[in-house]
Amino acid sequence: MIEAIFYVNEHKLPWKEGLVVQDALSMMNYSFKMLVIKLNGDLVKKDAYLTTPIPEGADLKVIHLISGG
Amino acid sequence: MIDRDRYFSLRDPSAFPVWQKATVGIAGAGGLGSNIAISLARAGIGTLVIADFDLVSLENLNRQQFNLDQVGRPKVHALATNIRAFNPLINLVLHQQKVSPANLEELFGACDLLLEAFDQAGEKEMLIETWCARYPKRHLIAASGVSGFGRGEEIKIKHFGYLHIVGDGHSELLEGISPLAPRVAVVANLQANLALELLVKNYD
Repeated sequence: MIEAIFYVNEHKLPWKEGLVVQDALSMMNYSFKMLVIKLNGDLVKKDAYLTTPIPEGADLKVIHLISGG
Repeated sequence: MIDRDRYFSLRDPSAFPVWQKATVGIAGAGGLGSNIAISLARAGIGTLVIADFDLVSLENLNRQQFNLDQVGRPKVHALATNIRAFNPLINLVLHQQKVSPANLEELFGACDLLLEAFDQAGEKEMLIETWCARYPKRHLIAASGVSGFGRGEEIKIKHFGYLHIVGDGHSELLEGISPLAPRVAVVANLQANLALELLVKNYD
């Protein structure tokens, strides 16, 4: 059987039914305070991290924002 | 009056007319924004919309394109003075205002493309979230990870659809230490350079 996966910043992670965006941050041990997330190219707003499901094979991009400019 | 034809001579015949017609927004007129604005004004962008609520301070002079006699002046006006000193033909729209989700559309709604040039990560996040939600098909070029010196090899340009991030993505600001002119200017000019490229691609 082929293992179900999804991607976070090009890292391959095991996928299962019911995963939400917040789970991906935990799986990657990301603790960035300021970030933006794109799921298959679409922005996921901060207040939707706990409610947005990750589809199988999804491409999740977590962009860390750092002060300085 | 300066000779317009001579001022704008030696320009790329296909790209320059596109840049002259473009309206480009710059959110923030500090280390990133002042450098971006000056480079885009020199390149020949027709209209720049610049927003920043802040005043020039003495500590800003380590990296921001202002002069001693401008300390205390609103950054947007000081920057406009400095730009008009070399390009009196550009159209500048200045907003001495803090950018927020409530006024983003009013300030930058007319822009073909926006450059994020804030200092604080929270502000960067707010701008990216608001712009991408409101204008998902308009380019936003942001910066993340500019502080320190050296490590030029780590500075990258990453593309996420219409969102583009320039910087090393990890250099945290040390407490009480401000970014430095060279690295901030490198990132700012990579942002400006990408803006020129995207404008031309957009009109293809």
